[in-house]
Amino acid sequence: MPPLNRPLRLAVAIDGGAPQTASAFVDRAHLAERGAFDFVTLDDSLGQPAPGVARLDALAVLARVAPTTDRIGLVPTVTTTHTEPFHVSTQVATLDWVSRGRAGWIVEVSATEAEARLVGRRPAAPAPELWHEAGEVVDVVTRLFDSWEDDAEIRDVATGRFVDRDKLHYVDFESATFSVRGPSIVPRPPQGHPVTVIDATPSHARAAAARHADVALIRTDDPDVVRTVRADLRERARACGREPDRLIVLASLPVDLDASADAVALAEFAASWHTDGVADGFHFRPRNPERDLRLLVDGTVPVLQHRGLARHFYPGATLREHLGLPRPANRYALAREASAR
Amino acid sequence: MTDTSGTPRTSRKPIHLAAHFPGVNNTTVWTAAPQALGSQIDFASFTHLAQTAERGLFDFFFLAEGLRLREHQGRVHDLDVLGRPEAITVLSALAAVTERLGLAATVNATFNEPYELARRLASLDHLSGGRAAWNVVTSSDAFTGENFRRGGFLDRADRYTRAAEFVATARELWDSWPPGAERARAGAFAHHGRHFDIEGHFSVERGPQGHPVVIQAGDSSEGREFAAATADVVFTRHGTLEAGRRFYADVKGRLAAHGRRPADLKIMPGVTFVLGDTAAEAQEKAAEIRHQQISPQTALLTLEQIWGVDLSRYDPDGPLPDIEPDYDAQLSQGRVRHADPRAVVASWRALAEEKGLSIRQTVIEATGRQSFIGTPAAVAEEMDTFVQTDAADGFILVPHLTPGGLDDFVEQVVPLLQERGSFRTRYTGSTLRAHLGLAQPS
Ligand SMILES: Cc1cc2nc3c(=O)[nH]c(=O)nc-3n(C[C@H](O)[C@H](O)[C@H](O)COP(=O)(O)O)c2cc1C
Repeated sequence: MPPLNRPLRLAVAIDGGAPQTASAFVDRAHLAERGAFDFVTLDDSLGQPAPGVARLDALAVLARVAPTTDRIGLVPTVTTTHTEPFHVSTQVATLDWVSRGRAGWIVEVSATEAEARLVGRRPAAPAPELWHEAGEVVDVVTRLFDSWEDDAEIRDVATGRFVDRDKLHYVDFESATFSVRGPSIVPRPPQGHPVTVIDATPSHARAAAARHADVALIRTDDPDVVRTVRADLRERARACGREPDRLIVLASLPVDLDASADAVALAEFAASWHTDGVADGFHFRPRNPERDLRLLVDGTVPVLQHRGLARHFYPGATLREHLGLPRPANRYALAREASAR
Repeated sequence: MTDTSGTPRTSRKPIHLAAHFPGVNNTTVWTAAPQALGSQIDFASFTHLAQTAERGLFDFFFLAEGLRLREHQGRVHDLDVLGRPEAITVLSALAAVTERLGLAATVNATFNEPYELARRLASLDHLSGGRAAWNVVTSSDAFTGENFRRGGFLDRADRYTRAAEFVATARELWDSWPPGAERARAGAFAHHGRHFDIEGHFSVERGPQGHPVVIQAGDSSEGREFAAATADVVFTRHGTLEAGRRFYADVKGRLAAHGRRPADLKIMPGVTFVLGDTAAEAQEKAAEIRHQQISPQTALLTLEQIWGVDLSRYDPDGPLPDIEPDYDAQLSQGRVRHADPRAVVASWRALAEEKGLSIRQTVIEATGRQSFIGTPAAVAEEMDTFVQTDAADGFILVPHLTPGGLDDFVEQVVPLLQERGSFRTRYTGSTLRAHLGLAQPS
């Protein structure tokens, strides 16, 4: 087994519960930040999560949370099937700007006929097809992030130029279902690329996860499944020419804690997975967000900290820094520099 | 200017004020040091301007949108401030650092779909406690369409039929989840129209405002008709007293045909201002700002847009080109075109000849003078006159500096508007609808 990251990467979902108010989400994010979690996630879908259940736009909610938090990463689910890749790119980039480099996004598809009818632009399509397209969306979204070089803004009074347009790039992306010319209307976000997360539980999402994800989630409590999928993802990442250690694989576990004893037991369980080399860390999905999150922060995290498996504080400022991921180079800057040589 | 309205203070029309974040055009000065060095993209700049506006008890904060970087001669236009964040996301964040200020996003009706946008706006309304507004703009150009799945698919004639059906559909969605709706019916909707054929269940409960405030900013006859039928606020370029009164009368006059009252639609021109301790000082500052806004390069580019030919070999400090313009050429993409370039060329040539002006001086002289120039007292009085004599219901102020461009106005002019009894001295409501005096939709 390849060596695992230390400390464990820890994330927690802040979904669920009622009412869906800004202050409820802010409180949960504060709590998670107190536990020095790497990031919080907030799920989303086009339609109602269950009949008669409301859900606010997740990216907007985490933008609302951003100014009230300092360090914790903010990772909403963003669906790609019925929206414009250009809008996805500007929204995720803007979340990174308003959080000063703490944004990520969980790429998701909308496969049902009911979702297709909400938008009315295309019929439902099979999941493998949609995941192929989602991979292309991630590709064009990151190209749009790179369409501004970091130092494109020059403010050169002598020549009257605000930007150096040689450092702005058309992306000219064409796929079977969309095309985007570029450049973006938003400057390159603070992290270069906000962190891309893909739920690799369904098998048809794995190719996209191996190629594009910084973080892959696997929803199961079976360590053998996590081990197998993680090995598969790493192998595929290598085949795509990626450094497998740059793909962080988190076991995504449902959490239902009744008492502090459960919280401690969860820590023991997590530590044993770490010892056995199962996953790079965990994404906890509380059943009851208020109760479980508090027990995670006050019960589970301290035990992991005590064992040197979890951080006590945030040494870095951006989500990439929390996760030990480098800030990506700009593909267009590299190409321009190479051709200038 | 004196107050000609003669209305006693107690029955004065209240002025509505909005703060426009400095735009990506040459109104925004980035060359002057050091206050002009604020970032156009850091969240701190947005926080500064929004909190300043809220300190000044403004009705709302306003963000424009452009879905493709402008181009000139086939290359990205590089002389103006460039690059801005996506509006609804920034406003959602600003909801955390403001309490009462309305939050208005410009979002294109051509390159969005009703379900998704209605959902994002309703989310903003919830997250801000009822402060969301949508400035509905339309676009039909294939240039912008190149960034989108569907490309430039819309005939120009259809831009407002789509926008009207879009707003109507969004309102059906906002109405689909009344308080206390039974579970199975909550959010149920079906819209079968010419532009949109959609059905299902909306996922956001009715927001605090019922419907977010709708703003309209087009100027054509169709645009005005759309505003009269649909909008709560009009953002207009008609910012002089005479043009403002004509526009105001025209648009308010269209309301009755739609069963609406004049007070149901607020007319707010976008305006600029320059303050000074004396009238002369203000004029001097205004001239200096115009000089900064029209750099030598901007002067040539402005001329090229009208002449339709490359003029890079001309000296901006020399005379106007004597060559004939190419009126059919379109050198610039993504910006509003001059209505009648022949008339512009003739009048600029006459102006340059009469006053002996260079290219740059001509452009400075001929293009936009600031709307209000003077001492705080004079500016307050003039603005009040605009409102009391029906040239406007208020203003969308466009500062020329980021992010401190409203500081002086809020400190010096707002108190004088309050003294005149024309502007609120505290927020009396919590929603943008309440600030604007608009009814809650049933
Ligand atoms: C004051 C004002 C501000 C505008 N701001 C924007 C903007 O931020 N983004 C945009 O795409 N269009 C903007 N527009 C353009 C229009 O809103 C409108 O959709 C377009 O001009 C077509 O409509 P029309 O033919 O009725 O003018 C603005 C127009 C006016 C008058």
